[in-house]
Amino acid sequence: MQTEAEAPAKEPLSYQDIGVALRGVRRSFRELTALEGLDLDLRPRELLAVVGPSGCGKSTLLELVAGLQEPDAGTVTAAGAADPAGRRAACAYMPQRDLLLPWRDALGNAALALECQGVRRAEARRRAEPLFERFGLGRFERTRPAELSGGMRQRVAFLRTLLPGRPVLLLDEPFGALDAITRASMQEWLAGALVQEPRTTLLVTHDVEEAVFLADRVGVMSPRPGRIVATLDVDLPRPRRLTDPRVVELRQAALEALGG
Amino acid sequence: MRRVLLTAALLVAFVAAWQGVASLGSVDDLTLASPVETFDALRDDWSLLWDNALVTLQEVLLGLAISAGAGVLFAVAMHLFRPLRDATYPLLVASQAIPVVVLAPIFVLAFGYGIGPKLAIVALICFFPITVNLLDGLRSVEPELLKLMRSLGASRLRTLGSVELPAALPYLFSGLKIAAAVSVIGAVFGEWAGADEGLGRLVLLGNNQLQTPRVYAGIVILTFMAVALFALAALAERVACPWNRKELPA
Repeated sequence: MQTEAEAPAKEPLSYQDIGVALRGVRRSFRELTALEGLDLDLRPRELLAVVGPSGCGKSTLLELVAGLQEPDAGTVTAAGAADPAGRRAACAYMPQRDLLLPWRDALGNAALALECQGVRRAEARRRAEPLFERFGLGRFERTRPAELSGGMRQRVAFLRTLLPGRPVLLLDEPFGALDAITRASMQEWLAGALVQEPRTTLLVTHDVEEAVFLADRVGVMSPRPGRIVATLDVDLPRPRRLTDPRVVELRQAALEALGG
Repeated sequence: MRRVLLTAALLVAFVAAWQGVASLGSVDDLTLASPVETFDALRDDWSLLWDNALVTLQEVLLGLAISAGAGVLFAVAMHLFRPLRDATYPLLVASQAIPVVVLAPIFVLAFGYGIGPKLAIVALICFFPITVNLLDGLRSVEPELLKLMRSLGASRLRTLGSVELPAALPYLFSGLKIAAAVSVIGAVFGEWAGADEGLGRLVLLGNNQLQTPRVYAGIVILTFMAVALFALAALAERVACPWNRKELPA
């Protein structure tokens, strides 16, 4: 017999509880300890950026939340789910590289996310199409990845991440491979996209400026073994400007936390 | 276009050298037929050569189809079930190491003079490059992409169908191109071991009957057959994998 307490789990994920929580997380690979004593909370629909030196375990952190890895100690919860399958269902994970399939056009690449959930190809494409219009990719639906610029490819990869409608977004240095000018315009584009589609977003980056420009809060990670050593509130209205004295000040504070 | 011209020039030079060597008084006519004699044989014996070529072509095409079908099934099964791959990979390599020349007469003893043993030999030769290439292709997908598919909630079969098989398609065609080139050799071996008809048998017979020009005419047709099959596989690849074209139209 089914108990009362089990019933809500079968309903669609509630937007009331779409935060992320990591408690005392440790993760090691053989002798190498990537994360140790890591605590982190994401409130529903906030964008938290984690900055840290390279090799501090940022990608491991994302894969843990995404349900692609399990911690050796501690707990990870995403949108109320603590088991890896539940976390995978709650999170949309965007890896560093776009990983677009070269034989599919842009629309087909985004639609892949729905096909993986059992939606038929034609229907998946039909449902992906409005997103292309809304996010300024309207003319590129039939274009193959090889003919898209790095920035456009990253946008398609982001739409693929948005499309399944998962409450938690996990972005792994989404603009790391782009040139500075493209990166700046992509950051603005992402900020705009998240206003339209608010989700709980964990963004990992090594770019402190990017973190302050985009995030509600910035978590600073220590070198390996990684843990969160400081959290900064970015209480600034949007759109932000990189030249804003407060942005510069926060950037300085984050850099100091990184150095210490 | 420049490549075609270069190939044509090389071919003309080869035929000229061939004619030159054949015209030397010291070369036995039974050893070497000149291009002119070969061409005469092609013209005079055309219907005989053509009828036998069709027999060989049939053996080659059916053998290729069998090995392609079996190779795809086998490679996919080996890819999906790791224990099967570990267990059968050494056997797969061993199957290629068997000297087909020796095996052919045994196949004829077992299956008789019909098309059976020829298909078995063609398929045996072609199975290896197709299976090994496709298997490599299926394993060529980056781990990060597989991770992404897992996070998207893709089933094993979805990942196979949407990612691994399309990624492996160019590899499959590489295997098919090699198979197409060697398949003709397999059919000839099969016919040498025992056959009533076919270009391989005709060449063997011509050799015994000292009809050297006819032997050379047969070799020319067999070569054309292999090159045409290779070109067909290459064309199919261009049609099936347009994203994989090395040179994009300017």
